[in-house]
Formats: sequence, C-alpha cells, structure tokens
Amino acid sequence: MGRLTSTIDAVRARGQKALVAYIVAGDPHPDQTVDLMHALVAEGVDIIELGVPFTDPEAEGPVIQLAHERALVHQVTLAKVLELVAAFRLEDANTPVVLMGYLNPIEAMGYEAFAQQAKLSGVDGLITVNLPPEEAGPLAVALQDKAIDPIYLLAPTTTDARAGLVCRASRGFVYYVSLKGTTGSGSLDVTAVCERVAHLKAQTPLPLFVGFGIKDGATAAPIAEVADGVVVGSAIVTLMGEFEASPQALKSAVIELVRDIRTALNASNA
Amino acid sequence: MVSKQLGKNEMLTSFPDQSGHFGPYGGRFVSETLMAALDELTLAYDSLKTDPEFLAELGSDLEHYVGRASPLYLAERLTQQAGGAKIWLKREDLNHTGAHKINNCIGQALLARHMGKPRIIAETGAGQHGVASATVAARFGLKCTVYMGSEDIQRQSLNVYRMKLLGAEVVPVTSGSRTLKDALNEAMRDWVTNVDDTHYIIGTVAGPHPYPMIVRDLQSVIGREARAQFARQHGGLPDAVMACVGGGSNAMGIFYPFLEDETVRLIGVEAAGDGIMTGRHAAPLTDGIVGVLHGNRTYLMQDQAGLISETHSVSAGLDYPGVGPEHAWLKDIERAEYVAVTDEAALGAFRQLNLLEGILPALESSHALAHAVDFAATLKKDQNIIVNLSGRGDKDIPTMAKIDGISIG
Ligand SMILES: Cc1ncc(COP(=O)(O)O)c(C=O)c1O
Repeated sequence: MGRLTSTIDAVRARGQKALVAYIVAGDPHPDQTVDLMHALVAEGVDIIELGVPFTDPEAEGPVIQLAHERALVHQVTLAKVLELVAAFRLEDANTPVVLMGYLNPIEAMGYEAFAQQAKLSGVDGLITVNLPPEEAGPLAVALQDKAIDPIYLLAPTTTDARAGLVCRASRGFVYYVSLKGTTGSGSLDVTAVCERVAHLKAQTPLPLFVGFGIKDGATAAPIAEVADGVVVGSAIVTLMGEFEASPQALKSAVIELVRDIRTALNASNA
Repeated sequence: MVSKQLGKNEMLTSFPDQSGHFGPYGGRFVSETLMAALDELTLAYDSLKTDPEFLAELGSDLEHYVGRASPLYLAERLTQQAGGAKIWLKREDLNHTGAHKINNCIGQALLARHMGKPRIIAETGAGQHGVASATVAARFGLKCTVYMGSEDIQRQSLNVYRMKLLGAEVVPVTSGSRTLKDALNEAMRDWVTNVDDTHYIIGTVAGPHPYPMIVRDLQSVIGREARAQFARQHGGLPDAVMACVGGGSNAMGIFYPFLEDETVRLIGVEAAGDGIMTGRHAAPLTDGIVGVLHGNRTYLMQDQAGLISETHSVSAGLDYPGVGPEHAWLKDIERAEYVAVTDEAALGAFRQLNLLEGILPALESSHALAHAVDFAATLKKDQNIIVNLSGRGDKDIPTMAKIDGISIG
C-alpha cells in the first residue's frame, strides 16, 4: 500500500477528514518551500499538494498564476521541484506529497525518467491538470511501474459515464473540482456541492476530496461533512503574494490559516 | 512515401480520427471541466456539417456578407520580377474585415447560435481574429468578449478601437508574456467559468479536438475555390500552393482540398523573426520540439525543461509558439514542407507587392510572398504557384511607418 492510501486510511481511522494544502513549489522563493511544507504538516495538514510551475497554467486563476510566475523567476523547473521534494523527505518520511501541474514539463523530461526520478525523490501521486484519462495511457503505465498514484479530476460538468472512467483511472483518491471556473474563483454553493459529492461517492470506492473555493474553516467544515477530505489552495497562495517580502510573517500567516481550517474540520467531525 | 504511413482505407483527408488525432498529434488535453463542452461541440458540429439548412445559411453569409468567392489573381508583374513560375494570389485580403479569419468566425457563430449559446469569446494577437469575432457577434446579435495581451493592445490600438466600435468588450491580459498565447490561456479560463452560455471561437487550427477540424473545414472554402478557379482560369492543377503559418488556419484552409493531389507541393511559411539561428523567431515546425500546449500535442517552441518560450515576429499574427496539429503531422509524413522567412525578407515582400501590383498585403501574408518569389525563380515559366494572400495590410501601416521613421499621428 502506498503512502497516500495508508495516510488516508489512518486519517479515517482517527475519525477525521483529510486536509490537503496546495502551494506552488518555489513560491515565493525556493529556499522557503521545504520549511513551509514542514510548517503545514506541523499544523495538521495530512497531504501536501505541490504545484509544478509552468509558463502557461491555463486552469489557474490570477492568484495561482502569479505564484507560478514568482517561482519561475527563480528557475524552479520540474527537476528543481523534485529536488525540493527530496529535501523535504530527509526530515519527513510519512506525509504524502502529490505533484500538481501541466503535462508539458513531464513530456519534456520523458514519462519514464519522470516516474523514476519522482519515485526516488519521494513523490506519491500526480495530478496533471490538462491530462484527461483518455490521453493518459502511456503516462499511467510509467507511473504504475513506480507505484506513483495518478489522480484525476471530476468537475461539475462531468457526466456519470465519464465519472466512471475518471474514478477507474484514479488511484489514492479522486479530486472533485467544486466550481466551474479557475482556481480561486467564485464562491461555493455548499448545498449543490454536497449533493453532487454524495452522488459521486456512490460510484467509487476511492476517497473523494473536494477542492476549489475552500478558503477557511467556515467553508471547509460543511464540505467535510460529506467529502473524505478538502483541498485548500488559493487561500494559502494569496498569503505568499501578500507576504512575499517577509518569510517570517508569511510562515505565521500560513500557520494561522491552516490552524483555523484544521480546528474547524476536527470540530465538525467531533 | 506518404501512403506507407496510412492504413488501407485511409485518405489524407479523413483525419483526424474519432478521438481527434492526426497521427501522434492533436487530441484533447484540457481540464476536466471542458470535456463535456468539447463533446457537446463535437456532436453539434457532426450533425450540422451535413445539415442542408446550416450549409445554406453558411453559404449565403459567405457570399453576401463576406463577399466570397474571393478572386484568384495572376500577379503578372510580380511573376516577371521573380523570373520563373507564374504567381497567382488567392485574394483573402478582399474579404469583409480584410482577412481569412472571418470564414471561420461566420461558421462558428452559426454553430454557437444552433447550440443556443448567446455569448462568444475569442483570443486575438494582431486583432484580426478579434475584429472578425466582434463582427460576427454584431451580425448575429451575440455578446462578445475578446482577450488580448496587453503588449498587443499597445501594438494594435487601431484594431482594439475597432472591436469596441463593434460592441465587443476587449479584456487586456497581463499574465505571462502578455501576448497571443496568454490571451488564449485567459480565453480558456473564461470558457471554463462560463461554459454553460458561452462558445469559444478559437481563431486558428489549434486547441483541443474538435477545434483543429472545425476551423480547417470552415477555412477549406479557400482551397476549394482556388482549386476550381485555377482549373477554370488556367487548366489543370498548380505545381505548388503556399501560405504563411501562424497557428496554421489560412494554410490548412488552402492546403486541405489539395491534400490528395500528389503532384501539388504544399509549402507552409513560418516566421523566422530575426533569423532561426538567433532563437528569436516563431517557427516551431522549423525549429521546435513536440509537446502539449493549449489542448493539443504538436511542435512547440520550448526550453529543455518544457517551459514555453517567448516568440518573436514583426507580424503579431504569426507570433505564436505552437502550430496546428495537422501541420505537425503533414510535416512528419512529408506531405507538406515548411520553411521560415525572416522579418526583413517579409518587409521586403510587403513593399514589393505594393509597388508591383498595387496590393497592400498583411505582414503575415508577406512571409508567404517572400518565399514564393524565391521559389518561383527555381521553377520553369510554364509552372504555377498559388499563394494565399491571407489578409490586407492596413493594420500594419503604423508598424511600417515606424520602421521607416515616419510619424502618421
Ligand atoms: C492576415 C493574417 N494571416 C495569417 C494569420 C496567421 O494565422 P493562421 O496561421 O491561423 O492563418 C493571421 C493571424 O492573425 C492574419 O491576421
């Protein structure tokens, strides 16, 4: 069993919901990334989703686009991201790390080379935003060889027929994108999301996580009532932009936000 | 050599396959939210493309609104100067709004209407596709938003104002390199958000399936006309057909009806900018690497880490790091050839056509003209080349004046 599945099982056994935190590797500076990852874990983050910077992050809203640009200023390529994961692993052998990015840097590295190096660095899963399962065959084979979990997205527009395909292709968990829109946009219709999540959960044995639009404890708690976990991204990344010039203030702000969400999640399950 | 790559019953014109691939290229690399919209578009297009009523509407608008058929004109003085094969110009510059872009926009606006989508969005670089989209939006009473890089908004202020006169909203894009590729990213983001009531009119033969197919089909009117006109005005088939390649829509439009004519050489001309060796160019087929961007697999300008490179061309319409997947495939199977022409050579051809034929070509089209003149010289006098004159150059007058150091206020 992979680190991702064993972690999710352990969270569930504790009667909790999983908290996934998304940051872009190298944002605001690659020297801060590993330290921020450890801080997230210390505040009760169960899984880290690490964005791989790309020049054309077409599914991201303005907040995360800027994060990609900040990281690219420091030449944080896919190879550098893997180095950062390896550095994180030196002190944390337990927390799963899932990469989230776009296909082209992985193609440029080569599927097999990527899978091999990602495994060596301690990567557990991969979300490729612009790779639906229909186009994923060869990459999925390379990932399976190295026991890296491919995670695909479900959207509000996904039909039931496609949902089956997406769930069958996924390992570890399935990620429900709760909004039509880019990351960080709009606000959630909690009732609609909960209905949809309940419907989708009936179709797959895999844990279902919800992301897009979860900003704080207040938005996380109702979603966690129905989902197995929540993903918080733009809310954290906003802080990276806000406190770009001050690493200490940034870390404190991130800790405060994550603590609020963890507390709300635990309270709603108590 | 070409036929070896194809299956027994396959024809060059039968691509893409069911899943939207041209050999290894094309496909559908988008976020999950858009998959349903792309399925819907594919279904709508499949039923409409043979629907007599839709085809009649399209045909009528192409004739009475766009002004088709566009002439096929024998450029005698240019031919004389080149000193070889006869050079014929397919006059897409004479279309309403001044370029081939409108052929695609009329068809897609009709599609949007049939799908019940009251709003269209578009990306634009030079502003030609934005103007064509704003134009058809006005014509059909659709709401229209055009995304344009803030760099390009500076460079092409005339077209920006023109779109506003047409009632479109022009949104500046300030992310990334602030040019065409970033405008495309932003249009995709709008589409993901407003997919229920919005149709995205991609301006070239790129993007996820079914766009490269739809845009090609709609632009193929260029090649169908040119093929019939040449047979009537001269007889037989030309020896070569040539077009500039940005995303590749005017080239695919004129190539497609000639794909099965094995004796006709198909030549696409990319933008070499300051020269291929300088790296400052926009020629992914000439000097690119296969990758995935904007929904499809194709040749791209990118670095070793898979990050997309900034491009350079004097013509904003060719300033794009990718190229339509069908071109990538035609290159690999050697059915089409691709070359690149520098800014300097294109500017020379721009002046030459003004002086010798009294025609003001777009800077994009001037790339094809520059190569045509050189290529004609290598052929015999009884041979024939058709060049797609994809647009007129009014929009480029400020750029030329600046190069000439002339202030035209
Ligand atoms: C006149 C003209 N020709 C060519 C192009 C390049 O596009 P494509 O390669 O899709 O024909 C443009 C794009 O703006 C254009 O305006």
